[in-house]
Amino acid sequence: MNQTPVFDEMWGSDDTLRQPYASFHDWFRDESAAHLRAKQRDAEELFRLTGITFNVYGKAEAEERLIPFDIIPRIISGTEWHRLSRGIDQRVRAINAFLHDIYHKQEIIKAGRIPEEMISQNDAFLPHMIGVEPPGGVYTHIVGIDLVRTGPNDFYVLEDNARTPSGVSYMLENRETMLQMFPELFSQNRVQPVETYPANLRRSLAACAPPAGSGDPVVAVLTPGIYNSAYFEHAFLADQMGVELVEGHDLRVVDGRVAMRTTRGYKPIDVLYRRVDDDFLDPLNFNPESALGVPGIMDVYRAGGITITNAPGTGIADDKAIYSYMPEIVEFYTGERPLLQNVQTWRCSEPEALAYVLDNLEDLVVKEVHGSGGYGMLIGPTATKKDLSAFRRKLKARPANYIAQPTLSLSTVPIFSRAGLTPRHVDLRPFVLVSPGEIKITPGGLTRVALKKGSLVVNSSQGGGTKDTWVLED
Amino acid sequence: MLGKTANGLFWMSRYLERAENTARLIETGQRIALTRLGDADEEWSSVLQSAGALSAFQASNEDLSKDTAINWLLRNRDNPSSILSCIETARQNARLVRTAITGEVWEAINATYMNARTALARKVSERDLPEVLRTIRQNTALVRGMTHGTMLRNEIYDFIRIGTFLERADNTARILDVKYYVLLPSASAVGTSLDNVQWESILRSVSARGGFRMEYGAGAGTQEIAHFLILDKRMPRSLAFCVGKLKDNLRYLNNSGSRPTPSQAQVNKLESYYLSHDIAAIFDYGLHEYIQKMLEMLSRLALQIEQDFRFYE
Repeated sequence: MNQTPVFDEMWGSDDTLRQPYASFHDWFRDESAAHLRAKQRDAEELFRLTGITFNVYGKAEAEERLIPFDIIPRIISGTEWHRLSRGIDQRVRAINAFLHDIYHKQEIIKAGRIPEEMISQNDAFLPHMIGVEPPGGVYTHIVGIDLVRTGPNDFYVLEDNARTPSGVSYMLENRETMLQMFPELFSQNRVQPVETYPANLRRSLAACAPPAGSGDPVVAVLTPGIYNSAYFEHAFLADQMGVELVEGHDLRVVDGRVAMRTTRGYKPIDVLYRRVDDDFLDPLNFNPESALGVPGIMDVYRAGGITITNAPGTGIADDKAIYSYMPEIVEFYTGERPLLQNVQTWRCSEPEALAYVLDNLEDLVVKEVHGSGGYGMLIGPTATKKDLSAFRRKLKARPANYIAQPTLSLSTVPIFSRAGLTPRHVDLRPFVLVSPGEIKITPGGLTRVALKKGSLVVNSSQGGGTKDTWVLED
Repeated sequence: MLGKTANGLFWMSRYLERAENTARLIETGQRIALTRLGDADEEWSSVLQSAGALSAFQASNEDLSKDTAINWLLRNRDNPSSILSCIETARQNARLVRTAITGEVWEAINATYMNARTALARKVSERDLPEVLRTIRQNTALVRGMTHGTMLRNEIYDFIRIGTFLERADNTARILDVKYYVLLPSASAVGTSLDNVQWESILRSVSARGGFRMEYGAGAGTQEIAHFLILDKRMPRSLAFCVGKLKDNLRYLNNSGSRPTPSQAQVNKLESYYLSHDIAAIFDYGLHEYIQKMLEMLSRLALQIEQDFRFYE
């Protein structure tokens, strides 16, 4: 798969400066490396002071880390973005229609486009949601579509994060940092703003208030707590929206509503932007061990007493086994050809696919169906013989637990290193807000970059960094 | 506001105040030790006691010396009231209430934490001690300045103030509790250098030497010092001043109007029973008993505030 030359978003495949980077390149040429190194240090200092940190699972609790930030922006032209955003819009519409369908009439199964057991046997399918009408008809209020690029016009969807996509705070803080570090760049380039995201998020959440709500909807963010890896983001979003940041033990069901304990008694919440997984949401309905959720919240939800965002049960839409059906799903619900491509996917539950995967393991990427964050995956081309044989055993033992994909030749964007500009592989996670009748896509998104040479793993938990992402006005 | 947030604000400001008070106590102890005017070991023992850290120190089985006392108060993690522990706890609470405080306050607290972690990463040598303590006091002062300059005057601010003044009143009362005997008329051979040192150390530990000299002149004695620290409403660390601020802030929080909250009732009683007499009456009552009573009332008040504003449930 690696015969084709890697596409670099600044220099193309043939070392010709691409148009979106023209103005940036002029600026960069005149900057001294020493000055930029100092700026890179300033940026880190700024992140540390602001407390933009994440906690690494498996490390000492008090350990807070910075996600490495690279000062070279990733630049996308307005035309490229326009095309991309149409594809994202289509995909998100399809996901919401799909979710409504599988929790109601299941037309897509009846039409034979998806095997029945893909839904009924899927751990991510939530029987509690059958027949439930989420307020405003929206399931995925916040979506983060992971995209990779392999050529000027070739974008692939790697993953549809339809549960609780994270990283938007980095998108916002990266921009904030760049504005402080290099104001002149923003005078020279017309970069589309991302700053409106928190206000849009609040508006979008408020637009989905439940039937029981009245007046200005009360919105709150539910966090698992201060030790969660994304706590900073939860606090950041609550702060930026001007709403309360709550934990499970601040909440209880009072008179058929979910209410938060304030200094003046219990106050009902209309819309709960939860950053807690389905399983932990309600110890009465799901995991009885959970101390992170609210006992009885699902019953309130079903009775129209609260809006939970994203809706419970949306995980079925970003399940890696369902992913392989996304082209069918898009066509079935939109009646249009999919604008964004899917990566070819082998479902190891199917014997022929499994045989192929076992034979070609060293060329493939294998992922756990329910995994996320880059944990438990195998990258064939860089794996050791030992890794490969260990994974072969795992695949044979639980084939249905895995999917496999070809190793894509991800595009690169330069990072600033000791040696100057050096290409590194990137992905892109645009953030999408869905409210009744409207889909809003923030121009750009979060660019994650693999900092190690040749590495294709961009996850922050695995040593990846981030960049500011610019969408230019054409 | 969430009860949890009120709790976080309350403890954030208590721990910041405590860090600063401990820094001041160490400075005082060091000063006495260096001028060789008093019994140094005795002084470190009373510094530890004033900082509420003596029994834990004794349990740690370390020998009491200048070095061990300073290290215990500065950076020992087994001591929840060491400066480092206080600043870490304050910052942890600030993270919890991140949405309630301004970015400026958060950054000031976070900078305090980062600087303290660096300054206190290793044992602090005698040579570096003044600089380290200065850094800490400047940093906590910056937090206070940012709080004052950028926070809305609403209930969030009220809880910050309540935490600050409860801690401060408690601190002043503990200093008096440890040193009350040097203020007793019977014990004082007025004008001896030992007494001067002891008085001086009391005044230093509440940053009030200059203020006291200005108000009372050189000839003042024990009664005046006791009055200054307990009843003088102009002195920002006196019990009367702190309790007055607690009373104000609890009143702001009660927007129901007429009926006082239980914590308000308590603070009103505290003021009218214990802070509305003159210093002679306090000496008649018994200075030690009075201070003990005050400490007890302050800790009951803290519990009542916790309940009134649903910190935990």
